[in-house]
Amino acid sequence: MSVLTLRCHPGIGAPITGAPITGRALVAADGFSARYDLDRNKGVFSRPTHKLAGQSYVGRILVLHTAKGGVATAWMLRDMAERGIVPLAILFNRVNPIIAQGAAFGAVPLMDRFEGDVTALLRTGDLLALDPAAGSVTVLEREAT
Amino acid sequence: MLAGAHGPALRWAIAHQIEVGRFFDAADMVEVRQAHIMADSESLGAAGVAHLDSLAGVQTRIPTIPDPRGVDFAAYRRLGISDDLADLERRAVRAFEALGVLMTNTCINYQTLIPPVRGEHMAFGDTGVVIYSNSVFGARSNSKARPSALAAGLTGRTPRYGLHLDRFRRATDRFVVEARPRTLADWGALGALVGRAVNDYWKVPAIEGIVDTPSSDALKQFGAAMASFGSTPLFHIPGLTPEPFEYVGPAPEPIRITEGDLAALYAGYGAPGDKLDVVVFAAPQLSLIEMHEVAGLLDGRRVHPDTTLLVATSPEIKSASDRMGLTATIEASGALVLDGVCFYQSYAREMAEANGWTRLMTSSAKLVNIIAGYGYKPTLASTAQCVDCAVAGRVQ
Repeated sequence: MSVLTLRCHPGIGAPITGAPITGRALVAADGFSARYDLDRNKGVFSRPTHKLAGQSYVGRILVLHTAKGGVATAWMLRDMAERGIVPLAILFNRVNPIIAQGAAFGAVPLMDRFEGDVTALLRTGDLLALDPAAGSVTVLEREAT
Repeated sequence: MLAGAHGPALRWAIAHQIEVGRFFDAADMVEVRQAHIMADSESLGAAGVAHLDSLAGVQTRIPTIPDPRGVDFAAYRRLGISDDLADLERRAVRAFEALGVLMTNTCINYQTLIPPVRGEHMAFGDTGVVIYSNSVFGARSNSKARPSALAAGLTGRTPRYGLHLDRFRRATDRFVVEARPRTLADWGALGALVGRAVNDYWKVPAIEGIVDTPSSDALKQFGAAMASFGSTPLFHIPGLTPEPFEYVGPAPEPIRITEGDLAALYAGYGAPGDKLDVVVFAAPQLSLIEMHEVAGLLDGRRVHPDTTLLVATSPEIKSASDRMGLTATIEASGALVLDGVCFYQSYAREMAEANGWTRLMTSSAKLVNIIAGYGYKPTLASTAQCVDCAVAGRVQ
């Protein structure tokens, strides 16, 4: 039984098999820069002023506002994926071409353009099922607050 | 290509482009004239070089040119960069050459190699090149990450979305400049303020109030800083940039930029009295005119023995500078001219660690924005002020 289903643009970087991607959300009204926000060896947010500072992103579905960073960060998602120290997927409000290209190249599922602010609609700890091909995100479980 | 009739490299390239194109609702592909790739070994890493090696056997279909190298092979040992990193760079160079890439090693191709023409579709992968080409020439390119730029070089086309389309080139934000930028650093600071305010790839600022016609070098700094601070790929300056534009909807209320705003930006990086470790003129590489200016400022003076001054330019401009005696004048001061590299993509962190560098001065707003992430403490000042401080050995 689902708590909530959000619609968005069909995603990028997801396997063509189309199987849903299920995982726990890590949400913040903040940005994402592979170069400046992360310790890519430890798999944690390392920039002290980031809202997720100190938290591990490995295997989590990140929910953030937008991606920052220049052309080089596109490579980093692939490098992270190859080393297995990588988010399960990333949901954004709206992304620029660089991170989208990086998600495709690194095969890291990325979805954006939700109906509303995705960082306000989802909560850390939500169990999510992502359907990138259809452009939908279903909240399967939400902790009671 | 998609069926693999042209081999696995092209199958990967076109599949990648189709995936990106679908994500941005592109109706079709557009043929592009050139591809420009960020191609230094620092951003590639060993895995990136291995990926390039795996593409061996294909050739680029359109002129494909790279950004600056990660290593100046003639100078790297003096800067404390290891032979291992230089070897990785050599492997990257060989891998690109095997693909037919023309090793231009520059981020100022629009100044020194060939300027784009209005309406020309390109696949450019340096944000400073993208914003200058789109804005000052009216060419059409999105910002291409390396895999996408390389894919375009292999297929000769790119998905038609974003800046290739008229509707994404309309202005969305409006600025009125009440300051008068004088130096190249001022133009960079102005670009930084616009970029910071816009902060969105999909927004296009229109900037009014520019009184003094800027030079190409001024617009180079302006655009590079705006792209660095805001991810901006296009701006319009009525009466200056060639592309007629309209606003999306009614013209918005303008954001005013004052002399005070410029001063505040500089002050944010100020560090008067600090020992000065390194001065860098780069980001982007210097034009011949800038090299001439730097030579004039250094003529007859000596850089402080505890300060390093680096000047980065493209191979063509280095060659011209050598021939015209500008390199000799600059290096007689104790400064070092670097060939075909920039700074932040040339193992800046390794250089900082090898040389004990922390306090850096530059006239590039783009560089002050990004270099803190490499362990430096940057200060922005005009080229002339940077030279004075390099001679004094202190931030003044």
